[in-house]
Amino acid sequence: MIKMTLDMFLQHLTNGISLGSLYALIAIGYTMVYGILRLINFAHGDIFMMATYFTFFGVLFGGKWYIVFPITIILTALLGMLVEISAYRNLRDAPKISILISAIGASFLIENLAIVIFGGRPKAFPTIPLFTSVVHIRNISIQRLTFIIPVVTVILLLSLLFLINKTKTGMAMRAVSKDHETARLMGINVDRTISITFGIGSALAAVGGIMWGLKFPQIQPLMGVMPGLKCFIAAVIGGIGSISGAVIGGFILGIGEIMLVALLPSLTGYRDAFAFILLIAILLLKPTGIMGEKISEKV
Amino acid sequence: MLKIEDLVVAYGGIEALKGISLEVEEGKIVTLVGANGAGKSTTLRAITGLVKPKSGSITYNGVNLLGMKTQDIVKKGITLVPEGRRIFPNLTVLENLRLGAFFRKDVNTIKNDLDWVYNLFPRLKERSWQMAGTLSGGEQQMLAVGRALMSKPKLLMMDEPSLGLAPMIVKDIFNIIKEIHNQGVTILLIEQNANAALHTAHIGYVIETGMIKLKGEGQDLLKNDEIRKAYLGENVSN
Ligand SMILES: Nc1ncnc2c1ncn2[C@@H]1O[C@H](COP(=O)(O)OP(=O)(O)OP(=O)(O)O)[C@@H](O)[C@H]1O
Ligand SMILES: [Mg+2]
Repeated sequence: MIKMTLDMFLQHLTNGISLGSLYALIAIGYTMVYGILRLINFAHGDIFMMATYFTFFGVLFGGKWYIVFPITIILTALLGMLVEISAYRNLRDAPKISILISAIGASFLIENLAIVIFGGRPKAFPTIPLFTSVVHIRNISIQRLTFIIPVVTVILLLSLLFLINKTKTGMAMRAVSKDHETARLMGINVDRTISITFGIGSALAAVGGIMWGLKFPQIQPLMGVMPGLKCFIAAVIGGIGSISGAVIGGFILGIGEIMLVALLPSLTGYRDAFAFILLIAILLLKPTGIMGEKISEKV
Repeated sequence: MLKIEDLVVAYGGIEALKGISLEVEEGKIVTLVGANGAGKSTTLRAITGLVKPKSGSITYNGVNLLGMKTQDIVKKGITLVPEGRRIFPNLTVLENLRLGAFFRKDVNTIKNDLDWVYNLFPRLKERSWQMAGTLSGGEQQMLAVGRALMSKPKLLMMDEPSLGLAPMIVKDIFNIIKEIHNQGVTILLIEQNANAALHTAHIGYVIETGMIKLKGEGQDLLKNDEIRKAYLGENVSN
C-alpha cells in the first residue's frame, strides 16, 4: 500500500515536472520579450498554438517527424518575428498603452485567422510512437514523452543561457534590454537583435507546442489562451525579465497544479485557478517575483 | 572632417537647433560650450543619427550622414560618449568594453586597444569582472570613455565627460582627453566647465538657444569679455 502511494507520488511528480517543463519553455518567450521591450507579448500563446497546427499539417501531408519538427520551429520563429515587425516595431517609441493594445490585437487576429483557416472544431494531433508510447517502470506506466520533455527543456535552457551569457549576440541582447539608444551607439543593430529575441522565444514556444500536442493530442485555435496566461503568470512568479526565473516559475506552476489535483481531488475543478491564486500571492508578497531584478541604478 | 550646415532640429514643433553651422577639422580638439538647454547634446545626437534633423546637412569626409542609421554612422569611426555615462549596468566592465568594439572585425587589434584603455584607466583593469552598475560614478565615467575608445574612433565626441566628478578627477579626464588626442583622435567636446574646455581645445564654439553665437580659437574665446561673464562666472567691469 505504501509502495503504491510512493509510486503514485512519483508518477504525479514526473507528470508535474513534464508539465512544468512545457510551461517553462513558453514562459521563457514572455520573459525574453519583456526583458528587451518591456512588453507583454499577448500573441505569444497564439504563436504557440500555431506551432501545433504547423506540425499537424506537416504530418498530415506525409512529413516525417524529424522533418516536420524543425520546419515547425522555423515557421513559428518566423511568425514571431513577423508579429514583432508588423505589430510592435513602429510603436516602440509610442506610449506603452498603444503597443499593449497592438499586442492584444495581434493575439485576436491570430486566433480568429486560425478559426477561419483551420476551423473551430478540434483536431487530433498526430501520435508519434517514438514519443507517445508507454513504458512500464515498477507498477507505473509512463509515456516516454514525460521523460523526453524535461530533458529537451534542460538542453534548450542550457543552450539559451550559453547564448545569452557567452556569445556576442547574447551580449547585444543584454545591452539592448537595458538601453536601446546606447546599444545603437555601440554599432549594434537593435532591430535585428529584437527580431532574434522574438525568433528565439517563438522557437522555444514551438518546441513547447509540439510536445504539448503530443501530450494532450487535441488542438484547436483557442488552445493557446490558457497556457499563454499561465505561462505569463509563471514568468511573473519567477520575476519577469529573468530567464531562470521563468523556468522556476514554470516548474512551480506545473508541479503545483498536478500535485493539487493529485492530493486534493475535490479541487480538480479549480485547477486553472491555482495559477491565478499563486499570481495574487506573489504580487502581494514579492511583486518583483522570485528572481526579480533589483532596482538599483546609479544616477 | 565633419561639417554641419544650417542644421535645424525640432522636438515636437519646438526648435532646439535653429540652423547651426560648425566644422571639426581633422586632428583638432573642438569644444562646444553653452548654457543648459542651449542645444549642445542635441547637436551630438543629430550627428550620431539619434535624432532626425528637420533640415540642414551633416557631412563626414564628404559623405552625407543624414538618413544614415546610428549603427552605420558609428562604423564610420564616429563615437559618442553620451551624456550621463549610459554604461550597461547589467554587464561586467570587460563586457562593456567589448561592446565598444562590437562591430569591429579586426579581432587581433582589439586586444591592443583593450590594453591601451587599461593603461589609461588602470582602475578598469582591476575591476574588469565587476558589474558596471556597481562602479562608482567616476569609475563609470572612465568606463564610458574607455568603451568609446574601444571602437577605435577617428572622431570622438564627448558629452560632458566631467559631469559630477571631483575636481581632481576632472583634471585627470582632461589630461586623458589630451592623451587620446595625441594618439591621433579628433575630438569634439561638450563641457559645462567652459574654462577647462577652452584651455584644452584648439577651436571653440559658443552656442546659445540653438544658435552659434561665437566661434574662435580657444585662447581667444577665453579672453572674450562676454564669455568670461556668461560662462566663466567672472565679473567683468566695462
Ligand atoms: N527628447 C526631447 N524632447 C523634447 N525636447 C527636448 C528633448 N531633448 C531636448 N529637448 C529640448 O531641447 C533643448 C536643447 O536640449 P539639449 O539637451 O541639447 O541641451 P544641452 O545644451 O545639452 O543642455 P545641458 O547642458 O543641460 O545638457 C532644451 O530646451 C531641451 O528641453
Ligand atoms: Mg546636454
